[in-house]
Amino acid sequence: MLSKWLLGQLHLLGKQHLLIVGLIIVGFVVLTTVLAPFIAPYDPVNYQNGGRLTPPSLKHPMGTDQLGRDVLSRIIYGGNIPLKVAGIAALIALVTGMIIGLLSGYRAGILDRALSLVMDAMYSFPGLILAIAILATMGAGIFGMIFAISFVYIPTYFRVVRGQVLQLREQEFVEAARAEGASGFRILLRHIAPNTINSVMAVLSFNIADAILTEAGLSFLGFGLPPPAPDWGFDISNGQRFLLAGDWWLITFPGIAIILLCLGFGMIGEGISDMINPRRR
Amino acid sequence: MLFILLTLVFLILRVMPGNPCLSMLGGRNVPQTVIVRCEQKYGLNKPLYVQYVEYLVNIARGNFGTSYRTGNPVLHDIFDRFPATFELAIFSMFFAILIGMSTGIFAATHSDRPADHSLRIFNIVSFAMPIFWVGLMAQLIFAVDLKVLPVGGRLEPITAAYFHSITGFYVLDSILEGNWGLLVQVLKHLLLPSLTLGLVQSGFLGRIGRASMLEVLDKDYVTTARSKGLRRKTVIYKHALKNALIPIVTITGLQFALLLSGAILTETTFSWPGLARYLLQSINARDFYALQGTIVFFGIFISTVNLVVDIIYSFIDPRVKY
Repeated sequence: MLSKWLLGQLHLLGKQHLLIVGLIIVGFVVLTTVLAPFIAPYDPVNYQNGGRLTPPSLKHPMGTDQLGRDVLSRIIYGGNIPLKVAGIAALIALVTGMIIGLLSGYRAGILDRALSLVMDAMYSFPGLILAIAILATMGAGIFGMIFAISFVYIPTYFRVVRGQVLQLREQEFVEAARAEGASGFRILLRHIAPNTINSVMAVLSFNIADAILTEAGLSFLGFGLPPPAPDWGFDISNGQRFLLAGDWWLITFPGIAIILLCLGFGMIGEGISDMINPRRR
Repeated sequence: MLFILLTLVFLILRVMPGNPCLSMLGGRNVPQTVIVRCEQKYGLNKPLYVQYVEYLVNIARGNFGTSYRTGNPVLHDIFDRFPATFELAIFSMFFAILIGMSTGIFAATHSDRPADHSLRIFNIVSFAMPIFWVGLMAQLIFAVDLKVLPVGGRLEPITAAYFHSITGFYVLDSILEGNWGLLVQVLKHLLLPSLTLGLVQSGFLGRIGRASMLEVLDKDYVTTARSKGLRRKTVIYKHALKNALIPIVTITGLQFALLLSGAILTETTFSWPGLARYLLQSINARDFYALQGTIVFFGIFISTVNLVVDIIYSFIDPRVKY
C-alpha cells in the first residue's frame, strides 16, 4: 500500500522537471555553502598578496576585488547569510502567519475583520520600505534583518491560510468532527491545518526566493553585516564603486549567484503549484 | 486603510523592540544621558498614547517636523524629491505594462507552444533577478561599454546646474518650455532606470495577463465572435482584451507598492535624486523626523493609489458599483 503510494508520488515527481531542476540547484548552492571551508580556493575575508582588481584568470576564475580577495571564494562563502536570513525569516513568517490565519479564518467575526484589515494594510505597504523602517529602529545586522523580513512576509501566509480555512470549515468532514464533539482547537489543529499545508509549501518556496532578494537588497543598501563578512548583496554594492572603471566581474558573478538560488526556489515553488493543481498551467 | 497604515508606521517606529534613538546614535556604548536627551528632543519619553495622539494631530496638520540634516520642513523636502520618484514610477509602469501585456497576450494566443514555454521561463527568471543587479548590468553595458546612455542622475551635471524646474517633473518641464534638446536628455536619463524597474515588474504582469487572456478566450462570447466570421486579430483585440484587462488593472495597482520597493534600489543604483534616496540619507544622518515623515508619506501615497485604482476599476468594469 505504502510502496504503491510512494511509487505514484515518484512517478508524479518524474513529470515535474521544474521541481527537480529547482531541487538540484538549491541543493547545489546549499552544499557549496556548507562545504565552503573545504571548497573555496582562498580566504574570503583577509587581504591577499595577489593582484588587486584583476580580471578573471586561471588563478582567480572570477577575478579579485580591490583588496586582492578572490571573488569566487567570497561567492562560495557569501551564500551563508542570505540562506540563513531568508530561511529563518520565511519560517518565522510562515508559523506566525499560519497561526493568525487559522484563528482569523476559523473564528470569523470582529477578530477576523480587524486582523484582515491590518494584514491588508501591511501587505499593501512596500515590503522593502517596511523592512528599512524596522531596521532603522532596530539597527542593522542579522537579527534585525531576520526580524524585519519575517514581519514583512507574515501577511503573505495569512492571506493564503485564511482563504483556505474559509473554504475548509464549511466542508463536511469538519462538520463531522464537530458533530463528534471535537473542540474548536482540535478541529483547527487536526482537521483544518493539515489541509492548508500544500498551498503553504508552494508559498514558502516562492517566499524564500523573495526573501533572498529582499536580503540582498537590504545588504546592498548597507543594512547587513559590517564589511568584511562575505554577502552577495554587499559585494555587489562594493563592486558598484568600480563600475565606471569597467570592472564587470565584481558585480556580475555575485548577481548570478543570487539569481541561481532564487531561480532554484522559484522552480520548486512552480513545481509544487503544478503538482497541487495540474490544470493550472 | 490610511489610518491603519499610519498606526502601523507609528508602531514600527515607536513601539517595536529597538529604540530609534539608540540605533540612530550608533547602536551601542551610548551614554544613558545622551539617549535621554535624544528621547526628550523627539518626545519619545512621553507616554505612548500621548505620542500617538500628537503624531496623528501633526500629520493631519501637515506638520511633519523639520529635517535636521537639510534644515527644511520635512514636507518641503518630500515634495522636492517626490516628482523624481513619481516620474520614474510612471515610466517604469509604462514599460512594465507594455512588456508584460504584449508577452502575456502573445503567450496566451500561442499557449503550449515553444514561445509560451520560453516566456514562462523568462517570467520565472524575472522574479529571480535582483533589481539593483539588473540596473548595474545595464549601466555596465550601455553606459560604460557602449557609452550610448548616461550612467545615472536625471540630467547632465552642467545642465543640472543651470536648470530650474517648474513642476519637478522634468519631462513635463521640457515639454512646457518647448526645449526639445532638454527633453531628449531627460528621456535618455530616464530610459535605463525605468526600463530596469519595468522589466523586473513585467514578469508578474505577463503572467497575470496570460492567465486572464486564456480564461477570456475560453468564453462563449469569444467563440460567438469567431463564428460570426470575425478575424482572429479583431476578436483578440476588440472582444477579448477589454475583458482580460479587468484583473490586470487590479494587479497593476497592487504592483505599485512593489514598484516603490524596487524604486528604492533603482534610485540607489542610478543615483536618482528621489524620495527613496532621501529616506536612506535620512537614516544614515540619523534624521528621525525625515525618516518618519517619508515613511508616513509613502503610506499616504499608497492609500491614494489604491483609491484611484478602485475608481478606475469601476470605469473599466461597469458591473462594479460603489
